[in-house]
Amino acid sequence: MQIIQPSDNAYENIQEALILAEPGDIIRLTAGTYNLQDSLSLDVAGVQIEGEGMDQTILNFSDQQTGAQGLSVTSNNVTLQDFSIQNAKGDAIKVKGVTNIKFLRVKTEWTNGPSPENGAYGLYPVESINVLIDGCVAIGASDAGIYVGQSKNIIVRNSKAEYNVAGIEIENSYYADVFNNVATNNTGGILVFDLPGLPQQGGHHVRVFNNRSVGNNTDNFAPEGNIVGEIPRGTGIIIQANSDVEVFNNEIGDNDTVNIAVVTYSSETDDQAYYPHPKSIQIHGNEFGPTGYNPDTSKGELAQILFELSGGNMPDIFWDGLVPMSQLIFGQPEDEKMIISNNGDATLLAIKPIGYMLPFLEPAILDIDEFDGEILPLAKVKFDESF
Amino acid sequence: MRAFRKSLLLVVFLISFESQAQGTPQYNLLNFSKAPEFLSEFGFFEDMQNQIPADGVHPYSLVSPLFSDETDKLRFVYVPDGQKLGYVKNKVFIFPVGSTLIKTFAYLNKNGPLDRQLLETRLLINTHEGWKAISYVWNDEQTDARRAIAGATIPTTFINPEGEMIDVRYRAPNQNQCKECHQLNKVMTPIGPKARNMNKLVEYQSGEMNQLLYWAALGWIDQSLGSTPISNYADVNASLEDRARAYLDINCGHCHIPGGSADTTGLYLNFTEKDQEQLGIYKKPVAAGRASGNLKYSIVPGHPNDSIILFRMKSLDPGIMMPESGRALADKTGIKLIEDWINKL
Repeated sequence: MQIIQPSDNAYENIQEALILAEPGDIIRLTAGTYNLQDSLSLDVAGVQIEGEGMDQTILNFSDQQTGAQGLSVTSNNVTLQDFSIQNAKGDAIKVKGVTNIKFLRVKTEWTNGPSPENGAYGLYPVESINVLIDGCVAIGASDAGIYVGQSKNIIVRNSKAEYNVAGIEIENSYYADVFNNVATNNTGGILVFDLPGLPQQGGHHVRVFNNRSVGNNTDNFAPEGNIVGEIPRGTGIIIQANSDVEVFNNEIGDNDTVNIAVVTYSSETDDQAYYPHPKSIQIHGNEFGPTGYNPDTSKGELAQILFELSGGNMPDIFWDGLVPMSQLIFGQPEDEKMIISNNGDATLLAIKPIGYMLPFLEPAILDIDEFDGEILPLAKVKFDESF
Repeated sequence: MRAFRKSLLLVVFLISFESQAQGTPQYNLLNFSKAPEFLSEFGFFEDMQNQIPADGVHPYSLVSPLFSDETDKLRFVYVPDGQKLGYVKNKVFIFPVGSTLIKTFAYLNKNGPLDRQLLETRLLINTHEGWKAISYVWNDEQTDARRAIAGATIPTTFINPEGEMIDVRYRAPNQNQCKECHQLNKVMTPIGPKARNMNKLVEYQSGEMNQLLYWAALGWIDQSLGSTPISNYADVNASLEDRARAYLDINCGHCHIPGGSADTTGLYLNFTEKDQEQLGIYKKPVAAGRASGNLKYSIVPGHPNDSIILFRMKSLDPGIMMPESGRALADKTGIKLIEDWINKL
């Protein structure tokens, strides 16, 4: 084990240790604050970087001069645990293109509260396989606190995201379990998204369960241009353009706009391979608290349309009802239909696109029982966590 | 010549039992942490201070070079005796094991004993395990350069072409930062030496000669590659489109390419990219955060000031600027070029 203490040469000491490390090495950063002017990076497989606690070992990037991340990891079988990254100029921790990465009790934070000047992502694994995020905390990211993108086999559990634009976001990813987390005081609590034009797309098999997504009523502070900038304040969970998503046993409430929104990707794209609609979505056994009492109609179109259609009586669950034209006419295949069941006295509004466009027809479905059906549980995400 | 041979033996002795067994001198840096501590130990230079290469080490030059904070870059290449390079159209030459690309960065100033300040010399060495990168940072006396594992910060000044004195916090990269740009599909690779970027006249000790013909005369490549040179982005006689694409290719295209370290963004700026949206035209940012500058698209034709790409080229904020590393200053020439190009799109 190599032990490093805070000092004036903290950057050189840590970075040199990260470069000279050999597989199996542990690099321990003792308690204290490390002031770093340049970004750190690890590219050696099988290394563990550990602090002495997320509130004890603090890597502070307030005076960062170079590098777009606090810490970047590009090697396999890495464990990061028990430290925090503060005030990185860009993303706090970016992990790209690895197999097996663990974040255990790691905290990422921008300490000045929500601000568009904060970095985009807190915990940011991307293009990776077997991602475990456990017991972590993410605060103040101007995009997503905990963000897993273009990855496969993902577990996010026992973690907390607050005061981010998006609390926890799973994007363009396959096989993710998001459970036992708390998302609060974000603009949107938990997001399951898919975007076009990326190396991996067509996100599918995501389970969101046993989470609390409550009181996500921070005004959207994302810089314009970013897709999360369109999320209205007060959104519990948003599912966009994914297939096979199961949302169950969550507590979702006190969200100003809506508890759950299921939506199509609505911007134009040239990407012919991209499928913009959500399908095979199952929502069951959730407990809903009050919602929609102060909808944010300033961001995107979602809240505005919803407010109009509901006459101000905002539902717990919203679906924009958009499907491919052929399905509008001939109906959706059975296995692609949304199932909503056993959610107590939850309310719903689903747009009927044809009715919405023509004057004499009903514009929306309000009867939640129309979506009742048999739940086909998705499989648990499993991988060997002992690396 | 003698110095060079000696150093080869030294390197072999230091690091490679395997190649000793094979009896051929090669830079088999199996354990990179044991690479020589000083640049002089390699014997690449007959005269270190004046950057005169040893026999067998040849200067080279690129048509369109990367912007590196307005440094002068002195490039040299070593290829083991009797070896040939492989050629694949549009790709970097395939160098034989043992080849080394040597690049010294310098500023014109009077801060040291010379007329220019040698900052660092970066080596890309093709080992049995692939290319390895390492930087050697020059001492104040400018007599030798020392291995800088964690990179180095060199606060200094230089005189720019307009005659102004510029302050700069020059950063020599650490090994991992070298990889950020030099890695494609997880494999380290050189960036500059593609045939299209080498097809130009170069001043050699023996006189002026086309660089590809010179390499052919050395026996490194065939004489008839038939490579069309890329535009020099500084050549005002070339078309704006060609110059802009040449600039983006060499400055951005090594990361912004499928398999490159910025491929997560879906923004591809390499010379061969044809898709307009992937090239950034009306493309939304994916993970830019505040680096979007409150703008909606990477490139808005006719509107450079609404284009994220230009905003990020101009910025000096580490959380915003592009490229992410390797620059502390803005490239005024490049900014003007991309501005003109977007205006005309």
